[in-house]
Formats: sequence, C-alpha cells, structure tokens
Amino acid sequence: MLETAPRRAGGPRGHDGSRGSGAPARSERRLPDRTLRLGRFGLRLDVRAIVVTLLLAAVALSLGWWNLISGSSAFTAADAVDALLGVADDGTARVILDWRAPRVVFTLLGGAALAVAGAVFQSQTRNPLGSPDIIGFSTGAYTGALVVSLLGVGSTWSTPAGAVVGGLGTGVAVYLLAWRRGASGLRIILVGIGASIFLGSVNSWLLTLMSREDALSAATWGTGSVNDITWAHVAPLLAALALLLPTMLVHGTDMTLMEMGDDAAQGLGVRLERVRLIQFLCGIVLVSVVTAGAGPIAFVALVAPQLALRLTRAAAVQLIPAALMGAALLVGADLLARSALLPVQLPVGVITLCVGGVYLVWLLVGAGRSGGRGRSR
Amino acid sequence: MTDRQTEIAEGQGAVPPQAAADVDHRLVAAGLSAGYDERRVLEELDLQVPEGSFTVIIGPNACGKSTLLRSLARLLRPESGEVLLDGSSIASVPAKALARTIGLLPQSPTAPDGISVADLVSRGRHPHQGLMRRWSRADEEAVLAALEATGMVELADRPVDELSGGQRQRAWIAMALAQQTPLLLLDEPTTYLDIAHQIEVLELCAALQRQGRTLVAVLHDLNQALRHATHVVAMREGRIVAQGAPEAVGTAELVEEVFGLASRVIEDPETGRPLVIPRAP
Repeated sequence: MLETAPRRAGGPRGHDGSRGSGAPARSERRLPDRTLRLGRFGLRLDVRAIVVTLLLAAVALSLGWWNLISGSSAFTAADAVDALLGVADDGTARVILDWRAPRVVFTLLGGAALAVAGAVFQSQTRNPLGSPDIIGFSTGAYTGALVVSLLGVGSTWSTPAGAVVGGLGTGVAVYLLAWRRGASGLRIILVGIGASIFLGSVNSWLLTLMSREDALSAATWGTGSVNDITWAHVAPLLAALALLLPTMLVHGTDMTLMEMGDDAAQGLGVRLERVRLIQFLCGIVLVSVVTAGAGPIAFVALVAPQLALRLTRAAAVQLIPAALMGAALLVGADLLARSALLPVQLPVGVITLCVGGVYLVWLLVGAGRSGGRGRSR
Repeated sequence: MTDRQTEIAEGQGAVPPQAAADVDHRLVAAGLSAGYDERRVLEELDLQVPEGSFTVIIGPNACGKSTLLRSLARLLRPESGEVLLDGSSIASVPAKALARTIGLLPQSPTAPDGISVADLVSRGRHPHQGLMRRWSRADEEAVLAALEATGMVELADRPVDELSGGQRQRAWIAMALAQQTPLLLLDEPTTYLDIAHQIEVLELCAALQRQGRTLVAVLHDLNQALRHATHVVAMREGRIVAQGAPEAVGTAELVEEVFGLASRVIEDPETGRPLVIPRAP
C-alpha cells in the first residue's frame, strides 16, 4: 500500500541497515516478535509473560499450601486435604480451616490487590516510587480504619468502609495539593510522602487515645499483620477484588498507552480522565480493604510490579503477573514471619519492611547513579 | 489583518488545494478561540485544511502554531468556536472513532523502556481494537505497511531506545501510520533532529501526502516548510496572516510581516521553490 524507500526483501533479522533494492516480498513478511496468536481474532500473547505468569502462580500456590500445613502444629498434606474435604477431626479442621486458611487466602488475595494497586499508581505517576505505601494512601486508609475502631463501631464491613474513606480522602487531598495544570507524577510523590509522614503522626496520636490493650493490638496491626485474620476479613477483600480487578484489567491497555504521554495516548483514542479516575478509585479501594484487615503492609505494592516487570521483560507493567508476584511475595513473607523466630510470630509487615527497605535503597541508589535518568523518548 | 488566500495548482500530482470541497474528510476550524488557563492564544481563527495537502503551519515562537494543531487533534478544548470534522463538531466524535480518522504525532512522546519498534508501532492499532477483537491479520498488515513506509522493517525488533534520533522519529511516525488514518497531524516532527534526519522526515511526509493522505504539520524552519509543503499557513499572534501555495506565501514582504525579519527571497536551485535568505545587517 505504501512504498517510499526501496528496501530489502525477506527476513529482516540479522542484516545491517543498508538498503538493498529488492522487490519486497510482502507475503513472506512477518512481524519479528515473540508472540503467540490464537486464531484469526486471537490475542497476541507474549510467550515469556505466559511462562512467568504460570510460574508465579505455581510459586504463590505452593507457598500458600506450605503455609497451610507448617507451623507450631505441623500437618501432613493428607491432613490438610482431609480438612478441606471436611473429613478431618475437629482439632485439625479448626487449625487448618478456621485459623490458617483465612490467613493464607487473605495473604494471597491481599498481596495481589496491593500489587495491582501499586502497578496502577506507578503507571499513573510514571515513577517506580509512586506506590500507595509510599505516597500515603495505605497510611490514610489505616487512619480511617483506626478512627472506626476508636469509635467502637468496627465490624466486618464498617472497618473496610472507614479505611476506604480514609484512603480516598488521602488520595483526593494528595492529587489536589499536587495539582497544577495537571498533576505531575513527581509532585504527587512528593506531596504523598508529606501526607504519609503527617498521617503517620496522626495514627500515633490516635493510638494514644485508646485503652492500653486496644492500643497494643492496634500497634501490631499498624506494622501490617495477618496474625488475627479471620474469614470476616477475607469477605470484603474478595468482594472488592471480584468487582474491581476485572474493571482494572479492562483498562490495562489504556493505562500502558498513557505511559507514552497524555497526547500520544489521546491520539490513540484513550479517554484519559475516565481511565485515570477509574484506576485511581479502584486502586485506592483495593489498598484500603487490605489495610482494613492487615494494617498498612509496606512495600509489597512498591516491589511486586517492578519485579514482575523485570521477569516478564515487558515494555509496560502487566497487571496479572504483578498480582501473582504480589501474592507470592506476601504469602512468602508471612511464611517467614511465622517460622523465622518460632514460637514468636512476627507481624508480616516486619518482613516486608526489611525486604522492601533493601529494595528501596537499591532503587534510590540506582536512580542516583544514572542521574535520575528518565525514560527515553 | 488581510487574508491573502492564494491558490496555485500544484505541479506534482497533488490534489490542488481547496479543490475538493465535497470529499469525505475535511478538517475545519471555525471561529476557533483557544488557550491555556487565562491566556488566550488563538483568536477567532478560521482554517480549512485542503484535502490531500501537506499543510505546514509556520510562524514565530508563541504565535499559536502548536495550540492550533492541538485544537485540531482535540487535545485542547476550544474556548469558543469549534473544530469540524466532515461538517460536524469534533467534540461529539467518540474517542476511538476520532483516532481512526486523525492520527497524531505529539511533540515529545515517551517510549517505554525497552519497547521494540514493532511493539511500539503495534500500539497504533489500538483504535481499531476492542475488548472482543484484539489482534487480527488486518492489524499485522497495517503494522507491516507502516514499517515499510517508514523504512523501519530492518529495525523492527530493535529496542526504540537504541535507535538514532531520526530512526526514533520514524518509529513514532510509523505508529501513527499504523492507525491508518486519512488525516495525520504532526507537532514539530523535526525538532531535535540533525539536518539529514530533518530532511528524511520531511521527505517521508511529502511521500505520504503523494500517496493520498492529508498531513498537517507544525514546523520551525521556514525554508523547509516552503520546500516540502503543498499548502503553507503563516501565523502571527494567534491569527492566520496568510495561507496558500509556498510560491505565494514565500515572499519577502510576508516574512517581514510574520517574523519581522528583513530578507531576500530567491528561487531554490534544487526545487524551484522560494528560499528565504535573511539580509546581512
């Protein structure tokens, strides 16, 4: 259809850039890529991404299984299967189904939710630091959850609701304060770090208002802990994920296009404001619901999308590999937290804080080395 | 201000400007006023983009060139007046439908780290795809055609960040071409390129025009505009001062009026087009 410069026919691979004058053999031409096509209207699937995704899913599920059977009272796999099938004795069923299973499910789903939210905000700010745990959204959600428990009206649904209000309030405040003819990623991060510090002090103050026992358990909660997770915590998280994750996936392509710049994305037919608002709301609700159950778990949202990106070697963060990476990370961190200092159970937030802290330093050192190199044009 | 609308039929097989009032796609700005915040940049501007032309907008810095182009691409909402596409307001066109009609090369797009040329160009197919219809043979054909038109087939699996400036710009143009739009808007496509790459990009634009597309570009270099465009729009302070064929617009009086620069205009020995040479002090 379009012919301008003469060029070499045949395989494009491995040639130097010099232009021969052969007639282009269109029918033999194929796009040189590593994708798999399914059918005529098939999805274009990246083989590497698929393999990584499957591996991550396997790792997350195995770690979850291990979490289910190991611990102060260890079980065999057969015991666990019996419990899941409902044929185990009462003691085993109680430990596995009532104590451990909700915790495993919560860490798997919560890790996925945090990672997806992290991916969305990192994409919106176009910065690996733009993650909800750094820019104060989880801290704000925790403030909301604390206020609800302080008022004595905490319950399965009211605590997550309070967290969502706190998270949304923080998010809106950060965006408004950072707004100057559009909100640039760096300004959101700077304002968000400020908001995070401020809300951290508010949270400490709220703790001093509580009775000693309440404050003590809230303090464990405040580092991010899944020790006391029950099915009542899992329900709101499951509901939020079932509702929001599909919405976010639908807008995933638009999100990656927006990383090329607002103008380029609009030129390709992306409705910027709409996509931005949807991803913003969904991301904050996910972070808030996790925070309502387990407190502000640090660094999973920051680390998981970036690790998934490096493993898939994709050009843009993909939500599903990021989610599975988040699930694997959090369930793995919880396994460590439970078993590292037996019989003491550490809050999982301590583990993510240690691991994530190292990553954060590495990220900042790397950014400093390359002179804060932005993405190439 | 005077509108010196001049029409001179083109000699190289292009559709003569203004000759096609009844064609399918026609981009028109009618009484367009636009700007940013308090600052109004465009003042009740009227422009009809000639069908099948390579229209180049020129003018001094901050004259509203880019604002006009951004308004035509609907990146900017007009304060008053409107942009018409095929006679109806562009504001009411659905986003993806617009992206199937008007392609855009923005001023400084960001290529994601490590993205290959083929993947970048494939993104141009987004307006043609939906939830249920992801990647088809037509998409593949369009991407291949865009790579061929820009001479990027050999570089298709190279990462964009390893390319030279000119190659990179060609990759972005290829992305816009993969959109397969009859109209293509380019905002300063030659900025940051060396002279050889500038010419390369402009030749590509001219070739695309000869193949039947309508192109609108903002350029800084007056002589390049006069050399490659089929229709030149000269702007100053948010208004169109003159427009028409390069031979009509490229006069010493007009250069004085638009840029405030004393110059001589000679005939380009290569192309026969006007060549503006600033006078020595």
